[in-house]
Amino acid sequence: MSAIVAERLVREFKAVRAVDGIDLHVAEGEIYGFLGPNGAGKSTTVHMLTTLMPPTDGRATVGGFDVIKDGPKVRETIGAALQEAALDPFLTGRDHVRLQASLHGLSRAERAARGDELLDRVGLTVAADRKVQTYSGGMKRRLDLALALLHRPTILFLDEPTTGLDPQSRNALWVEVARLAREDGVTVFLTTQYLEEADVLADRVGIIDHGRIVAEGTPSELKAEIGRPTVQVAPADPDERDAIVRTLDRFGAPVDAEPGRIAVRLDTGHDLADVVRALDGESLKVAHLELDAPSLDDVFLAKTGHRLEGQAEQPDPVGA
Amino acid sequence: MIDVVLAVAYRSIKKSFTNAAFLLPALMFPVIFFLGFAGALSSVSSVPGFDYEPGYETFQFAFVLLQSAAMAGVFTGFGIAQDFERGFARRLMIAAPHRSGIVAGYALATMVRWIFNIAVVAAIGLLIGMEITGDALDLTGLIVLGLTVNLIGTLWAAGVALRLRSTQAGPVMQFPIFLLIFLAPVFVPIDLLTGWIHTVASVNPFTAFLEGARSLLAGSTEEVGIAFGIAVPLALLFGLWALGGLRAAERS
Amino acid sequence: MTAAGQIAFLGRRAFMRSIRQPGQMAFALVFPLFFLFVIASGLDRAAELPGFPASSYVDFMFAIPFVHGALFTALNSAIELGRDIDTGFLNRLALTPARGVAIMLGNLAGGIALVLVQFSIYFVAGLLMGAGFEAGPLGLPVLFLLAALGAVAIGSAAMTVALRSGSAEAVQGIFPLFFVLLFLSSMNMPRDLIENDWFRVIADVNPVSYLIEGLRSLIVSGWDAQALGTGFAVALVSIVAALWTSDRAFRARMTRT
Repeated sequence: MSAIVAERLVREFKAVRAVDGIDLHVAEGEIYGFLGPNGAGKSTTVHMLTTLMPPTDGRATVGGFDVIKDGPKVRETIGAALQEAALDPFLTGRDHVRLQASLHGLSRAERAARGDELLDRVGLTVAADRKVQTYSGGMKRRLDLALALLHRPTILFLDEPTTGLDPQSRNALWVEVARLAREDGVTVFLTTQYLEEADVLADRVGIIDHGRIVAEGTPSELKAEIGRPTVQVAPADPDERDAIVRTLDRFGAPVDAEPGRIAVRLDTGHDLADVVRALDGESLKVAHLELDAPSLDDVFLAKTGHRLEGQAEQPDPVGA
Repeated sequence: MIDVVLAVAYRSIKKSFTNAAFLLPALMFPVIFFLGFAGALSSVSSVPGFDYEPGYETFQFAFVLLQSAAMAGVFTGFGIAQDFERGFARRLMIAAPHRSGIVAGYALATMVRWIFNIAVVAAIGLLIGMEITGDALDLTGLIVLGLTVNLIGTLWAAGVALRLRSTQAGPVMQFPIFLLIFLAPVFVPIDLLTGWIHTVASVNPFTAFLEGARSLLAGSTEEVGIAFGIAVPLALLFGLWALGGLRAAERS
Repeated sequence: MTAAGQIAFLGRRAFMRSIRQPGQMAFALVFPLFFLFVIASGLDRAAELPGFPASSYVDFMFAIPFVHGALFTALNSAIELGRDIDTGFLNRLALTPARGVAIMLGNLAGGIALVLVQFSIYFVAGLLMGAGFEAGPLGLPVLFLLAALGAVAIGSAAMTVALRSGSAEAVQGIFPLFFVLLFLSSMNMPRDLIENDWFRVIADVNPVSYLIEGLRSLIVSGWDAQALGTGFAVALVSIVAALWTSDRAFRARMTRT
């Protein structure tokens, strides 16, 4: 059975179709990465799947329950850590755990035991009695994750869980999410605007742009779909640049390159050796030559016609 | 220098007149105080010993004029503290060749805002039948007195804001001013106050400003000399206080 | 879990959050007492006016700190709700089985619990300033209850703004509006001694006047059935109206299926 199913899911805000007919099938125990730039419709999709917002059209089931008709049952099944770890700065970590456990109806003994277990699991035992306003960004995200797991959900929604985190905190969170899926069999639906995150963590990736899924598959399938590698050349003599461009043109279509370099995606039937021979045959000198395997970024570019925003600017290391 | 003053003032004025959240509180409170006190309490003027010719509305207008002048300065202090928190002040400090011009710019903007606020209150006053017996010269004196008190308020709050550089400092700016404003003959002339409040009010500089303003509104020059005699040196003193704050901010 | 249980847990959270913000607490304690102190001192002579209902102005003003306390508590609760919407904390609660009405009332309940402590402090401080209390010990719970009902009414109205706007700033922005209601009432002068007709008309139609007069009657005249009855009636009608609007706003905000 699929843990999450969506069929032609639509959400309109006034004139804007934020989510424009999305189909999803996420298997049990799978980590599904929902990759897209800001404003692509990722969070809106999560809000609909977590029952916080009714869809304008289409249908979806989560854990076998309809998100429109069976809201309370869906909420029992899922845990969610939404964007901007929504915590009360004046409560301690333990206060949060207690409040959330009480609202989920856990018994008094269970509240304490389960709370301690989760605080320990996310490494917050020592900081549990400190106010959240003293927590770092990574600690807040980890508390958020612990809260999402309190009532033992089988499906977990994580909306941009690592945005704004430093690399170390990001890695720690990845390890924990992977463990949840591998060891506990939790299904994870994760949105991200980081290619690396989707690549490292997700079993399958859906690329969303302007409210539509433009590509879907495992990271390696998607890269294989793009198929061809790119060749990147740095001319040794800037005056020969035009000549090199003309030569490379014979081997494939030009793609974005690093400053001062020229790159093409090789057409089928050509390989690196052909390029080297051609350059040598015309006595063109190169300072640098490299062959790049396709990345998810290339997939994104190929499918959407533009690069994933924010990739150029990696998240600020907001550790404090 | 004058460029810095005008640039800072322009930005500050624009910010307050294009953003209701900045404009309204500074305008609402004088209006509320005026309507609430002048409207509800006019029967107090029949208490034996209450003699103020122009009437209770005018008596309260003097209070609101000076209260709003001082508090407008405090609102500017909030703005300065906020500018520091958001890093905007740092940009100003780097850009301005004469940094005292920054304080002067804030002060100029505050004066413009206060003139606007008090014009609104005066219009409301005239609508509800406030009488002013002072002539044009008296009213000019009244506005100059108000501007001086406004400047004192700004310089005081700027000095605090520049030293503490956090909006948490709000109560530190506000509370002493609030205390001075209300521990004065707000509702009845000082002679009708009794006990400890009479003692406090008689040494409170705000009392002198109030009495000066009430005289000018009634067309008399009584108490006006004392009011200015206290206000001008105080403005100079708090000018030094604000400059000291600027030095502290520069060193941070 | 029952709605009452949820209200208790959410109320506990609101209470703790408030007591951990000492600056805000200090203001809510000091300002009403300071206001009573300076206004009562400055207007002491007003008690000499013919027909003035109280023997001293401090008696007359003694009801006001309770109204101030109710006002601050109500607005703080609404501001915190606005903040919860802004930060997404409301979504966190929405994902739990918590009922909508429990989220709103829990938020308010924490504030009310706190304000009852404040009321006790106001009461003792007022007596120390020389105010009397004609209704005697049995009047005390009635005084606190009526003032707390005022807080519920104002809080529900302010929460409507928080829910509609989703912003704490918007609630702060309406703060002056509630001050207008307070100042254009019979706060400073009994309505029959107000000379300006326009002001008396406003004070007559202002529900805050009746809340104040209900509270004041316990202080200056003991058990005045008419003033108390009107005060409670106005408070309860306001609560029903305000809860109705805030409930609608809550449904519009919480689109949870």
